[in-house]
Amino acid sequence: MAEAAIQLIGINKSFGPVRANRDINLEVERGTIHGIIGENGAGKSTLMSILYGFYQADSGEVRVGGKPIAINTPNDAIAVGIGMVHQHFMLVENFTVIENVILGAEGEALLKSSISKARSELQRLEREYGLEVDPDAVIEELPVGLQQRVEILKALYRGADILILDEPTGVLTPAEADHLFRILKMLKDQGKTVVLITHKLREIMAITDTVSVMRQGTMVATRKTSETTVEELAELMVGRRVLLRVEKGEPRPADVKLSVSNLTVRDSRGVVMVDDVSLDVHAGEIVGIAGVAGNGQSELLEAIAGTRNAEAGTVMLDGRPVDVTGHVDPGELRDRGLAHVPEDRHHVGLVLAFEEAENSILGYHDKPQYLRGPFLNIEAIHADARDKIAKYDIRPASDRLKTANFSGGNQQKIVLAREMEQDPTVLLVGQPTRGVDVGAIEFIHKRLIAMRDAGKAVLLVSVELDEIRSLSDRILVMFAGRIVGERGPDASEGELGLLMAGVEQREAAE
Amino acid sequence: MSAPFARLPRWADYGLIPVINLIVAFLVAGIVVLLVGENPIDAAGILVKGAFGSGQNIAYTLYYATSFIFTGLAVAVAFHCGLFNIGGEGQAYIAGLGVAVVCLTFDGVLPWWLTFPLAIAAAAAVGAAWAFIPAYLQARRGSHIVITTIMFNFIAASAMVYLLVGPLKPAGSMAPQTRDFLAGAQLPKLGWVLEAMGMSVRSAPLNISFLLALLMAWAVWLLIWRTKLGYEMRTFGFSPKAARYAGISDVRMIIIGMLISGGLAGMMALNPIMGDQHHMTLDFVAGAGFVGIAVALMGRSHPAGIVPAAVLFGVLYQGGAELAFEMPNISRDMIVIIQGLVILFAGALEHMFRPYVQTVFASLSPRTMGVPAPKGEGA
Amino acid sequence: MAFVDALAQLIDATIRVSVPLLLACLAGLYSERSGIFDIGLEGKMLAGAFAGASAAAVSGSAWVGLGMAILIAVCLALVHGFASITHRGNQIVSGVAINFIAAGSTIILGQAWFSQGGRTPPLSGPARFEAITLPGADALRDVPVIGLIYSELISGHSILVYVAFLMVPLTWWVLFRTRFGLRLRAVGENPAAVDTAGISVTWLRYRAVILTGVLTGVAGAYLSIAQNAGFVKDMTAGKGFIALAALIFAKWKPVPAMFACLLFGFLDAASIRFQGMAWPVIGKVPVQLVNALPFILTIILLAGFIGKAIPPRAGGVPYVKER
Repeated sequence: MAEAAIQLIGINKSFGPVRANRDINLEVERGTIHGIIGENGAGKSTLMSILYGFYQADSGEVRVGGKPIAINTPNDAIAVGIGMVHQHFMLVENFTVIENVILGAEGEALLKSSISKARSELQRLEREYGLEVDPDAVIEELPVGLQQRVEILKALYRGADILILDEPTGVLTPAEADHLFRILKMLKDQGKTVVLITHKLREIMAITDTVSVMRQGTMVATRKTSETTVEELAELMVGRRVLLRVEKGEPRPADVKLSVSNLTVRDSRGVVMVDDVSLDVHAGEIVGIAGVAGNGQSELLEAIAGTRNAEAGTVMLDGRPVDVTGHVDPGELRDRGLAHVPEDRHHVGLVLAFEEAENSILGYHDKPQYLRGPFLNIEAIHADARDKIAKYDIRPASDRLKTANFSGGNQQKIVLAREMEQDPTVLLVGQPTRGVDVGAIEFIHKRLIAMRDAGKAVLLVSVELDEIRSLSDRILVMFAGRIVGERGPDASEGELGLLMAGVEQREAAE
Repeated sequence: MSAPFARLPRWADYGLIPVINLIVAFLVAGIVVLLVGENPIDAAGILVKGAFGSGQNIAYTLYYATSFIFTGLAVAVAFHCGLFNIGGEGQAYIAGLGVAVVCLTFDGVLPWWLTFPLAIAAAAAVGAAWAFIPAYLQARRGSHIVITTIMFNFIAASAMVYLLVGPLKPAGSMAPQTRDFLAGAQLPKLGWVLEAMGMSVRSAPLNISFLLALLMAWAVWLLIWRTKLGYEMRTFGFSPKAARYAGISDVRMIIIGMLISGGLAGMMALNPIMGDQHHMTLDFVAGAGFVGIAVALMGRSHPAGIVPAAVLFGVLYQGGAELAFEMPNISRDMIVIIQGLVILFAGALEHMFRPYVQTVFASLSPRTMGVPAPKGEGA
Repeated sequence: MAFVDALAQLIDATIRVSVPLLLACLAGLYSERSGIFDIGLEGKMLAGAFAGASAAAVSGSAWVGLGMAILIAVCLALVHGFASITHRGNQIVSGVAINFIAAGSTIILGQAWFSQGGRTPPLSGPARFEAITLPGADALRDVPVIGLIYSELISGHSILVYVAFLMVPLTWWVLFRTRFGLRLRAVGENPAAVDTAGISVTWLRYRAVILTGVLTGVAGAYLSIAQNAGFVKDMTAGKGFIALAALIFAKWKPVPAMFACLLFGFLDAASIRFQGMAWPVIGKVPVQLVNALPFILTIILLAGFIGKAIPPRAGGVPYVKER
């Protein structure tokens, strides 16, 4: 057996009452690509942050190249040849590529010579690994894929032998992801060790040599990738067989309740995020929007919900137009039967500092049943909140508890209860199960199907392809701000994957 | 977990920690007293006696507290909207203009109980108007409200100097102030309440604007925690994105929040102008707008905390005056230091002692602390 | 020639009143570029002025005064750092607190120590920074234009004036040509990037606020032992806030900061020079309007009517490691 590049022995880490890592043991072989897979919140990122010196373990030992080493700061990690590419890039946006690369590794007190040294070093790395990027480009003007490349260059410039990548493909298109994988293979061939953290089984199977599975803070198994299967890994990840298909009857679509035509949305920098999108959602069906994160789904949802202004286009809600390009009031849309479960429940869907009951009326706080003149009807609000807690099994069952103290799944249930119990005509749902524990996922999926069966028009946006496929009656695929295809619920993963990569569109253009 | 701290009982959170912060502020102030060669314990004794020693002293203490309740509430309302209104000083100063104009116009025509409501409206309206411009610039143009309100304090000061040495000064007078008001613009004193309890008040300036301040404290509580508008303001203050999602207009919240804040700050002008001096002088606000920051921080932006915090500062101002008399080395500027220390320890360093308090609580009763963050059924 | 003399006097006065603004403005630049907002420039400058004048009065040496001014201002800067870096407190609140602590304690201590109503004893001789006559200034005095500029405007200031103006290119060089400057700019934009690059955010920001303390100390010392001959209470009179306005006006850049301070200094000097004078067309301009002009101009700038002032992105936000 080859030499171990990294050994983690008995690592423990707690954040307050939450035990993020318990007794973790891990051995990564030199010159391999080692995958670490687990659901959101399984403790993968925490473990890697400990390895990178970003957090300190409460107990346990780290060995690099067989030697026990105390890694207290990222500097210690860098010194023993560990580099990290973070999920959220650690780049200074208004700096140039070269300034970002040398930051922290300048070598000398004056910049002039360190910059010229870095320039030639970057050229070498470009030759060796095919990592091309203009050293004088400003980061905020580069596409995401290139920004990630700068992160890799930063690590290599510091002489990293062991490269940790935390969910590197979350923001990439399949084509960009493929390119990244080619780079990683090339790094491996050059003798580097790569640790890839992901929650995507497909990536593990495609690129890793070895895979370790984490679940709820513990390391449950390590397998040779060639000797395992997607099914086995999935089961290890969630602890029991995943219910990939939600039980549901045939849809009975009726009238069009939500109709979007030629919608165009720009973001704050003026980039077109939603490009001439048209779609209809009927009563009694779930329309799923699939796509790699960042292809305009979020902006589409926000524009329909009235929390973001559109530049052009029309939206008809139950046959009546919505002024999406002018002054939209999300409150008015709610009155007209539009409910919205937003993607970001921490900052948008909930006020974490509020008591549970206060969040249970957010957005509906001007409904007469919660008011007495200009005053809040405290008794009615709390009675209503307690009803919802019982009906949606929200735990702990306290309408006075601060919302921040609920788990992710229960927070999401607070939002769902609020939006679903208002008996909407149209329900917009963004990433309904992001950061939600497995038990709650099933509950949420069943509720969404129940809404459909109750004749609601449901528009679902999710980056989890499995979720889209198991819930949707029709699937629309978004790529680069456009809807590039529509498929039935039985479309294969591969077919959807090609659409999400924009492949078909490119061929049509040629 | 967004909150890195374990939970403390409510009384510790809202009572114990502020008290600890306050004690530390006073300990540091005691060191300053030592530095100037006086005995801090004696000084504290004189201070307390100066504030509560006689009916007159108590009346003065409450007179000062009146101003601080208004300005403390002003800062607190803005805090609830997520805004830091540092401009209370300027808003109160300019609002004096509204009070003075009403008083100069009606003091010979109307009785005080008709002039007073007009003056309240004028004070609130002018204070609100002065807060409106920074609010508008924040809401519509994204100008940082802290910076603009600071700048507006200076602009207000310049404008008032210009007016008081010019247009508002009676002909032939040298002092930069308006003419004295007639009886129709002089507020009744409240000293008789204390006299009824057998204390001697003499001419202490405690007046009915104290009652107005208490009424406003109650109104602010009602507004923030019991009305739809207050709910919307708190939503916006905690999370502007959630407010947008909930259909709450950010522009409306910033502007309404600052108008209320400026209006409350403006009402402070009633107390010295109509209640005590019976004319408007240069710099009649005398820092009360800034004291409001300390009061709001100490009172945790809750009226039930603001009123006692304002009384505490009343004690410092009144007791400090006596102290300056007894200990010549300590002038009333001692209060400015204490104010700064309170802002530092109750505001900027409010969490400094929290971990220690939590450790103590954990060792006393593990059950209150050991509650793990509730997890969903999967965990 | 009367006009030329008047102009020369006006420019000379502009330089004198601009210097404390410039020092305080550059001081604020270091802190704010590192992501720590500082509205406590006023307080630190005031405390520096008091400490400087007191030490100079007691020791008889302007240099001891300068050292003490820097020491005390740095101490206050460290308090700000302790609150806003170590304890992640609100930076605005901390700045407000420091202004009050300085305002109160300078008066209390001044009265207790010197018993002159908050003043420090008048300084003279080596206890002050006197004007320096540059070499050849007297010889060139009679050369038209150049002689006047050299001998009247450039020569004849105290050493701290030259220090202040030299700080401008020096600050530019530090910010854009050194490792420290690169890191300083980075930490004000994205502290997480600095942290993951193995650099201590805390130590970097502490160094920035220490520099802020040093420069506000020099600014205070200039006020009390160079421009004036002693400390009088509240002698900064809002200069710290005008410096803050100038910093915003200059969009947090050193060279524009100098021009902003000169502009605001010029307004101040002109308001004194032309007080009560009637101008053609507009008539008398109230001195109060001119005094308020720096603030009015800054608000107009902040409102985006003349370009946009975008502060460092991480400014005002305490750094907390994301989980």
